[in-house]
Amino acid sequence: MGKVRLLREDGLRHDGRRPDELRPIRMQVGVLNKASGSALVEYGATKVLAAVHGPREIPQKHLLLPNRAILRCRYHMLTFSTHERKSPAPTRREIELSKVIREALEPVVMAEVFPRTAIDIFIEVINADGGTRTASVTAASLALADAGIPMRDLVVGVAVGKVDGVLVLDIDEVEDMYGEADMPIAVAPSIGLVTLLQLNGVLTREEFSEAIKLALKGAQVIYNIACETLKNRYLGIKVEE
Amino acid sequence: MSSKEARRVLVVPGEVICEGEFKVLSPNYIVKVDGKYIATAIGLAQINDDSRELSFIPLEGCYIPQVDDIVIGYVVDVGLTYWEVDIRAPFTATLYAVDFLGRPVNPAKEDLSSYLSTGDTVIARVEVFDRSRGPIITTKGKGLGKVIQGTIAEISPVKVARVIGKRGSMYQLLQGETGCDITVARNGRILINCPNKELEDILIMAILKIEREAHIPGLTDRIKEFIIREKVKRGLISGEGKAT
Amino acid sequence: MSVTPSAEITVPKLRSATILSMLKKGLRASGRGLTEFRPIEIVPGYVPNADGSALVRLGNTVVVAGVKLEVGSPYPDTPNEGALVVSAEFMPTASPTFEPGPPDENAIELARVIDRSLREIKAIDMEKLVIVPGRRVWVVYVDIYVLDHDGNLVDASSIAALAALMDTKLPKVEVDELGNVKVDRSSRSGPLQLRHKVVTVSVAKAENVLFVDPDIEEERVCETKLVIAVSDDGRIAGIQKSGLGALSVEEVMKATEIALNVSKDLLAIVEKSLTKPT
Repeated sequence: MGKVRLLREDGLRHDGRRPDELRPIRMQVGVLNKASGSALVEYGATKVLAAVHGPREIPQKHLLLPNRAILRCRYHMLTFSTHERKSPAPTRREIELSKVIREALEPVVMAEVFPRTAIDIFIEVINADGGTRTASVTAASLALADAGIPMRDLVVGVAVGKVDGVLVLDIDEVEDMYGEADMPIAVAPSIGLVTLLQLNGVLTREEFSEAIKLALKGAQVIYNIACETLKNRYLGIKVEE
Repeated sequence: MSSKEARRVLVVPGEVICEGEFKVLSPNYIVKVDGKYIATAIGLAQINDDSRELSFIPLEGCYIPQVDDIVIGYVVDVGLTYWEVDIRAPFTATLYAVDFLGRPVNPAKEDLSSYLSTGDTVIARVEVFDRSRGPIITTKGKGLGKVIQGTIAEISPVKVARVIGKRGSMYQLLQGETGCDITVARNGRILINCPNKELEDILIMAILKIEREAHIPGLTDRIKEFIIREKVKRGLISGEGKAT
Repeated sequence: MSVTPSAEITVPKLRSATILSMLKKGLRASGRGLTEFRPIEIVPGYVPNADGSALVRLGNTVVVAGVKLEVGSPYPDTPNEGALVVSAEFMPTASPTFEPGPPDENAIELARVIDRSLREIKAIDMEKLVIVPGRRVWVVYVDIYVLDHDGNLVDASSIAALAALMDTKLPKVEVDELGNVKVDRSSRSGPLQLRHKVVTVSVAKAENVLFVDPDIEEERVCETKLVIAVSDDGRIAGIQKSGLGALSVEEVMKATEIALNVSKDLLAIVEKSLTKPT
């Protein structure tokens, strides 16, 4: 199978984007009726739903902590979300991503406000086209805000890749599969903290530094969209006459 | 703007509210970082430049019990000497039989479900809540106990204050305009007893409207107009124009 | 589902206060420097029945890695390449808190981080693992067992995996006219071909201080860790932020610099252990 040409002659990517361009981003909050908080986030064709239940008691008392809430986080892909049908059983990748996403949210959630409870975060990937874990972090963050759970800041995620030697922002699946590096990152921009950082691929020290800068730029744009989405829920309410 | 008025601003988690030195009245929702006051939830930050106070009205959130809160709960489990009651908090509450009945019980001889069973509704007061275990509620007091009639409307607990209004103004308006008997519990449940079904429907719609528009100023007037319009629509009063 | 870990073993407050107050001054309770690893002992060929193996002691942490080569089918999209499978298990021997059972999220994360670091840098020359082009290749199974846990399981495992791969010798194979493959483990055809060597360096953060190779107590009090895989040619071959806390961008860059420097010494130690006369 021939390698896909990821960068065109004109320097644009296979889908026509500039190297520093995000895919179209859509966000909605409060999309589920029975969850304490929820959000639907789309990065291009990647579509992710996050639901928060809690803070609540759970029967497994031995898991609870006396001075803070525990976070329980599940990243799960629907079987038809990927090109090849994904088996319903949890894969090692989903287990790792559940951990990595939970750890991306732990530093901002003020869990000490709800001791002896669990805050459950369920993430369902409805359609996967690259950047699912970063869209998941953003969706989970919005869902937590929608549930009214106090947080030090919102956390948003974005991935930087390297295709044909060029660093590109918000890689899609094709760029992830055939590119040379995939660096997902999640940041809480107002408090300046990196809460998720992985690199799958190889970068030189200089490329890494450039990749971080590019990621932070993209993250700021996504963060602004997230804040606006939360506010519009209230500003957009028309007074019925 | 009168000097006693606080200014309000809609904020999201991580957003800077203001800088300087203020007294924070809602410590879970406002944190100070590097000299700036930051919001931790979506809501209205109230900044009073005169009294130098900051408070926060969250627009989303669950019910966190406070001692002396009046709550309306549903019995979810029956034990030997107590009932477990759902009060829409992260923890179920406990109502002891000795408290409800006013006398000790003998679990060997008495079945508690003959007094209160699963699905029954109670109005109670939060007596103890120290975070080391679930809240303990009491039905000792006027107006507290098992609820035998009425309808329960549920709204988000963070909107309860709006249903009561400044110095009870909204609450009095609702009671006055509908003639219904209303008990507003802190956990977002409202018990209503109305003279007829139409008034009950109007009241429930008004309550939900308050919940939706809680953050938009001028709510009290809008609700009054809404109730009057609905009463006219249903022929409960003649359509003699709007009230002044 | 991933759950916030309960403090199964609490570090007594007096002890954690000591560790943290010393770190604030740039010192460690054990007397080590901030960029200093504990003594490392590597025993290649530790498991005679494995095709390659190594036991590693990093301070009191003990890990054994074994390599087994099996004949298998190549992946459909890489018909002329061998395959690599990395797994890890935390044995109940290693800690009173480890229960028998399938790998938990920490073991899975460790295995996947090491797998990615080997795979992305193309440490193993996969093309040299072809037996019958398009049909039969060597599948390299790297299995890591943590036997004693005193902190920094990732780096100890990464060193063990690398040493085990460097210790690996391919069994002799015969392919008959029908394309059937016969493996003769009594005889070795040559070493596993490695194009690059790679190790991970774990940098922990506590009290705004960055330090490498946390022991178990330091791990329990630190806010978070950044695991950085570095190749023998000084490139970053993988990163994983692991743990409840967070880092500033500055700390991320500083940790990466530390890892790039320290990795050179680690790789030298591994090289030396494999060229020691037996």
